[in-house]
Amino acid sequence: MDTLAPHKPIAPLDDATVRFCGDSGDGMQLAGTQFTNTSALAGNDVATFPDFPAEIRAPRGTKAGVSGFQVHFSSNDIYTPGDTVDALVAMNPAALVTNLEDLRDGGVLIINKDSFDKKGLEQAGYKSNPLEDGSLSHYSMHPVEMTKLNRLAVEGFGLTQKEADLCRNFFAMGLVFWLYDRSLEPTLRFIAQKFGKRPEVAEANTASLRAGYHYGETVEAINTQYHVAAAKLPPGKYRNIMGNTALAYGLLAAAKLSGKRLFLGAYPITPASDILHELANHKNFDVLTFQAEDEIAAITSAIGASFAGEMAVTASSGPGIALKAEGMGLAVMTELPLLIISVQRGGPSTGLPTKTEQADLMQALYGRNGECPLPVIAASGPADCFHAAQEAWRIAARFMTPVILLTDGYIANGSEPWRIPQLSELRPTEITHPAPTDNGDAFLPYLRNERLARPWAVPGTPGLMHRIGGLEKQDVTGNVSYDPLNHQHMVDTRARKVALVADDIPMQTVDGPASGDLLVVSWGGTYGACATAVHKVQHHGGSVAHCHLRYLNPLPKNLGEILGNYKQILVPELNLGQLRMLLRATYLVDAIGHNKVQGKPFSVGELVEKIEHLLST
Amino acid sequence: MSIETPLPVLKPTDFASDQDVRWCPGCGDYSILAQMKKVLPTLGVPREKTVFISGIGCSSRFPYYMNTYGVHSIHGRAPAVATGLKCVRPDLQVWVITGDGDGLSIGGNHLMHAIRRNLDINIVLFNNRIYGLTKGQYSPTSPLGQKTKSTPMGAIDNPLHPLSIAIGCEATFVARSIDTNINHLGETLKRAAEHPGASFVEVYQNCNVFNDGAWDYAKDRDTKLDTTLELQHGKPLLFGKLREKGIRLNGMNPEVVELGKGITEDDLLFHDERSPEPSLAYLLSRMRYEDGFPEPIGVFRCVDAPRYDALINGQIEEATQKRGQGDLEALFNSGDTWTVE
Repeated sequence: MDTLAPHKPIAPLDDATVRFCGDSGDGMQLAGTQFTNTSALAGNDVATFPDFPAEIRAPRGTKAGVSGFQVHFSSNDIYTPGDTVDALVAMNPAALVTNLEDLRDGGVLIINKDSFDKKGLEQAGYKSNPLEDGSLSHYSMHPVEMTKLNRLAVEGFGLTQKEADLCRNFFAMGLVFWLYDRSLEPTLRFIAQKFGKRPEVAEANTASLRAGYHYGETVEAINTQYHVAAAKLPPGKYRNIMGNTALAYGLLAAAKLSGKRLFLGAYPITPASDILHELANHKNFDVLTFQAEDEIAAITSAIGASFAGEMAVTASSGPGIALKAEGMGLAVMTELPLLIISVQRGGPSTGLPTKTEQADLMQALYGRNGECPLPVIAASGPADCFHAAQEAWRIAARFMTPVILLTDGYIANGSEPWRIPQLSELRPTEITHPAPTDNGDAFLPYLRNERLARPWAVPGTPGLMHRIGGLEKQDVTGNVSYDPLNHQHMVDTRARKVALVADDIPMQTVDGPASGDLLVVSWGGTYGACATAVHKVQHHGGSVAHCHLRYLNPLPKNLGEILGNYKQILVPELNLGQLRMLLRATYLVDAIGHNKVQGKPFSVGELVEKIEHLLST
Repeated sequence: MSIETPLPVLKPTDFASDQDVRWCPGCGDYSILAQMKKVLPTLGVPREKTVFISGIGCSSRFPYYMNTYGVHSIHGRAPAVATGLKCVRPDLQVWVITGDGDGLSIGGNHLMHAIRRNLDINIVLFNNRIYGLTKGQYSPTSPLGQKTKSTPMGAIDNPLHPLSIAIGCEATFVARSIDTNINHLGETLKRAAEHPGASFVEVYQNCNVFNDGAWDYAKDRDTKLDTTLELQHGKPLLFGKLREKGIRLNGMNPEVVELGKGITEDDLLFHDERSPEPSLAYLLSRMRYEDGFPEPIGVFRCVDAPRYDALINGQIEEATQKRGQGDLEALFNSGDTWTVE
């Protein structure tokens, strides 16, 4: 532990939101991640929102190149990265101009003064220097000569000026660490591990971090330190986890617990690629990651692996999912278990690759030719991705069906504390394959069990040779059949099988009163914002409950009944009303939408406003 | 009394499924099916360890007629389906059955990548230079000027040549045969099956409904000895009714020469299917009847190279040796953790 005694008063806070922003090359994602991990280790509940441009390196200093990372840390249970920012670190004028509106009045503003030169101000579109024209007077502003101070701090380590400036994010981190009374230890460990092979870089980063910390301690202009105490999370061992990592862990757990090899067929696409990267690092779990030539090969290779009897997965995002539609149709027709992970991003077409949206629900439910139903479930947050992945596999294997698991860019890249499960808490999926036979009878690949699932006969098993494919099948025998009544029967059967999944999933619950004035119905990554908004309104006495859907197809059996218990139904979605359309069509309820497609998550404030408005009408 | 259960000796009929074969009467596919059924029992691979994967098209109905495991997948995707299957189950013998449209048009990308990865699978491309199942449009191998339903004024896109594509992808086994040359076809399929790595076999196959006679020059009893050339490893490139003609290299260009008048077999190009350099095989793949050359049949290239299915599983073994069998609990608890009491 850093043993430096505080010289300034420490003000206790329940929670705080800090945003680091700067140029894409300024290391803001790293700064945010380190601050998050440190806060998590200090026992806070945390929620993060990384926000970065699609361009790898937009021109330096421009608004297009601004990258940000927001951390909300709290001594209470929190579900969102926060609506407004309490402390903003802006490394250049472009970062300031694009992020300032989220800083609350009176909030702390830490600025790298050295970047506010003529060129920087021009690139950001400033006519006058905001540090001098009084426009920032209602913030607690601290212009710091960060470039200069940092260069002094790393003098003597033999770095070029360019290399020295790369350490600047550690200076900024150090200052924020001091401001929020955070330990430097986890970041010092990180530096040692990450730069161990380049001791001069490790030493320079360490020096920058400490210099930033000591600057906060020493400089008189910053006269208060803040402290957010540990949260009262349920007992257990925790770590911070990102959605894509949690999802990959869920897949590893599902495969291991069902005794399967894990095959991932994938083609790189933002924001799903990290699932491929994560799994590629765990080959010793008997994981085969296949970076296919395209999205189509990614899913069809997975279908091959599924036919071979293993746990097969493909992961992508909207444009890639569009290409996989034909493959999903084959998996529905051949009735093979398969996970299709769709990490949604802004669309249509290439859309907003690095921004979040939940506008692919209809694509997941219906985006295929023919009557082509498959179960669809959605994860609600970063840590939930772990459980959702296992649940998706459970359904796929038990019902011999492809399953779509929806997440989104917000939860894929966001992080939160994850209570590390004991293996005994996890529910293994038991899978049986038909045994070899030598009775000479033809094997019946479409003979169904009580769940209407067909047998998963694995190549290599004597006596079970059979052929499957995309042509319509005769039920039971699996032979190609163009018989009109058989087609009707098979279409009905495939639909009935997916509908039967409703018997195998939990009943829907609501958070709040079982009946009342308003029910907020949400799905996927908007869980945190909706839950927080509903809690706030409930706290003020509003008659509102929250119903968060994990299962989008089939819908829980009691959902219609629940919807009938409230006077009004509000469906907030980051699309133009896709779940709302589904609920209206399915239950004939007059659901109201709150819809936003700005590439950004909901703020709690806008939802509270909407809920209160509906309650007052 | 001791009871011995010898390995069952399989017959071609053991590989026939109970499904009626529904290709048009006279289709070249029947012959390929018959040869496949004849070859499989000689390979020593049990039926349950044999898998046929196909895409869409007439040729792709093939798996339904085999009493093995099989997938009739989607148009062009068979190599990708086979890749996933073979990666997780390298012990299976996997055949990909495709056609000129399925393999080279809609599925060109997958074919190319399956070949360059050198996955241990056997790809048989039935080339009839036409779309049969969709009733007679031109295919990527149809010759320039060919009039079809979709090219009433003649095809204007330069055709692809399957073996040139395969060799361009550095295929480790490349061969060509002809549907009616049954002994040669059977022998070629057998060699393809025995090759460790991706085997690519083009079969000249007649569509007697939509493109009848496309390969007559190579099949006709009177002309075939002059229009085709049977490759034999280590032997000179000889052809003709009396084997009186040969192929000689003139600089980088092949030329047809008559033996005698000072030209002996020693002046001819000798076939080396094991040459690590694929250029000669590529040159052979470019010899066309329409340009006055005999078209080679047989094995163009047969070399060893690392196989994707072995490599991907090898990395798993290596990772497991280095880091031990994956331990979920250790993984979950990795990195910075904290405990809430």
